[in-house]
Amino acid sequence: MSKDSLFSKKNIKLLSDPLNDENPITVQALGVCSALAITVQLKPAIVMAISVMVVLAVANVLISLMRKLIPSRIRIIVQLVVIAALVILVDQVLKAFAYDVSKELSVFVGLIITNCIIMGRLEAFGMANGPWESFLDGIGSSFGYAWILIVVAFFRELLGSGTLYGYPVLEKIGLYETGYENNGMMILPPMALITVGIIIWIQRMKNEKLIESK
Amino acid sequence: MKLFKNILASVKPHFEKGGKLEKMYPAYDAFETFLFVPDHTTHAGSHIRDAIDLKRTMITVVLALMPALFFGMWNVGQLHFTAIGEEFTLMSAFTFGALKMLPLIIVSYAVGLGVEFAFAISRGHSVNEGYLVTGMLIPMTMPIDVPLWMLAVSVVFAVIIGKEVFGGTGMNILNPALTARAFLFFAYPSFMSGDKVWINTGDSATVDGFSGATPLADLAANIPLDMSLIGSFFYGNIAGSVGETSTLAILIGAGILLVTGIASWRTMISVFIGGYVMGLLFNLWGANEFMMIPSYVHLLLGGFAFGAVFMATDPVTAAQTNTAKYIVGFLIGMLAILIRVFNPAYPEGMMLAILFMNVFAPLVDHYVVGANIKRRLKRVKV
Repeated sequence: MSKDSLFSKKNIKLLSDPLNDENPITVQALGVCSALAITVQLKPAIVMAISVMVVLAVANVLISLMRKLIPSRIRIIVQLVVIAALVILVDQVLKAFAYDVSKELSVFVGLIITNCIIMGRLEAFGMANGPWESFLDGIGSSFGYAWILIVVAFFRELLGSGTLYGYPVLEKIGLYETGYENNGMMILPPMALITVGIIIWIQRMKNEKLIESK
Repeated sequence: MKLFKNILASVKPHFEKGGKLEKMYPAYDAFETFLFVPDHTTHAGSHIRDAIDLKRTMITVVLALMPALFFGMWNVGQLHFTAIGEEFTLMSAFTFGALKMLPLIIVSYAVGLGVEFAFAISRGHSVNEGYLVTGMLIPMTMPIDVPLWMLAVSVVFAVIIGKEVFGGTGMNILNPALTARAFLFFAYPSFMSGDKVWINTGDSATVDGFSGATPLADLAANIPLDMSLIGSFFYGNIAGSVGETSTLAILIGAGILLVTGIASWRTMISVFIGGYVMGLLFNLWGANEFMMIPSYVHLLLGGFAFGAVFMATDPVTAAQTNTAKYIVGFLIGMLAILIRVFNPAYPEGMMLAILFMNVFAPLVDHYVVGANIKRRLKRVKV
């Protein structure tokens, strides 16, 4: 156990690294599938991001607490059981308190179980570090996942449906009267991929650490 | 030309190393080499030399597009006046169409070249010539009434996502002109298909019995083809995208490309053969009206000829080896007819077929090269 203070430099890095240098989607290319599937609108994207955050943070802490007890041969299945239990909890909560969104997300809540980000973090971090670090790592990683999701959903909803969080922004500012049309392609999955691609492009342009040496 | 030379000579010092506009050198270079054959020669590592450079090649393709473009302009006017039941002459129809078409061409070039120049300056390489052709192809594949801002958006998308992300001219996987069209097609379908967009009627009332649908759209809706119009399908006075309707004008362009050796005859021929064979197969099947139309009619309708001559032969996105050119061309023809007949939502399969085979061309090349190596290895006696 390290004797660092709760928010030492090292721990802060656990939170901040996944936002940029170690971003799960744009750098590690994990969890891309769900990023494409549920980003047509902001609302489901935000709910999805929160769900992943809860599952990842709690699972990371649980695994970290159990890490000395888990035989390494069956560690994957133990991790899966923990994740699956948490996902079912989240799914039930969504069904009880946000039924519409839960219906919209449909199978993708269940598919959080197979989200590579979660398995990846448990395997790489939770199994080797203390609970507090694991908690920070879980929160950091899911924030990295969340901001990509929200940025993609922002552009897809704004350009594809002309709304933001369900609010008809473009109609209110009177853009349609000038002949503007919603871009139907933004709603299709390929544009989600292209939007993520553009984010990666801009990120690599700005962040020198990510530029491969020639 | 002397005037241009003097102007260029007088501003040149500003753009050269140390000048105040040093960063803008790619833009200057583009203008200079566009107007005059450059006087600097390749200095290292070049193995293939040709008398004409890329800019001259591209201009030849643009010239080959002219018959189809001029015919398209006349056709736009002709359809317009026929639809609203007014008399017209050759000149009045052509002038009307030209005035409708010019804004599209100007927007396409202005926006596309703007993006190209911006990338060239920020990356410090010279402006690539590829857009000279693309900029002309894009408006020719559009319905005449497409809103200018949509055209601009699709051009930006095509140049950035279709070309610049891969490294610019010569690196792109997909044909940029077709990328622009595909983008518009999926983004704003109501402006790119149906029976309202192909003929400009302005605000005037149309004559009785007027239909703005293309022959392919009619076929997809199970309306039998009027075979007495077969001449029109060839000459092209029918509804459709501006440049695609006249098979005759396109064939003249094809002649120019083949005589100058710029486009690959292998690709062109095999696209037509592929389409013809697929049409024959459907004739044998004959399950509905669309499958029953004579095979050669397929080659006259829609963008088939335009795609075969100007899009499938794009030297960057086509296959590189000769065998692969036959294979890819043949598959483009087959797929185009397949999509056309099977999917009523896409009456024009040519665009999707070419884009699809653009993606597969490198793979086909890979296997052709591999097979060639294997064949020659057998001859080696060690």
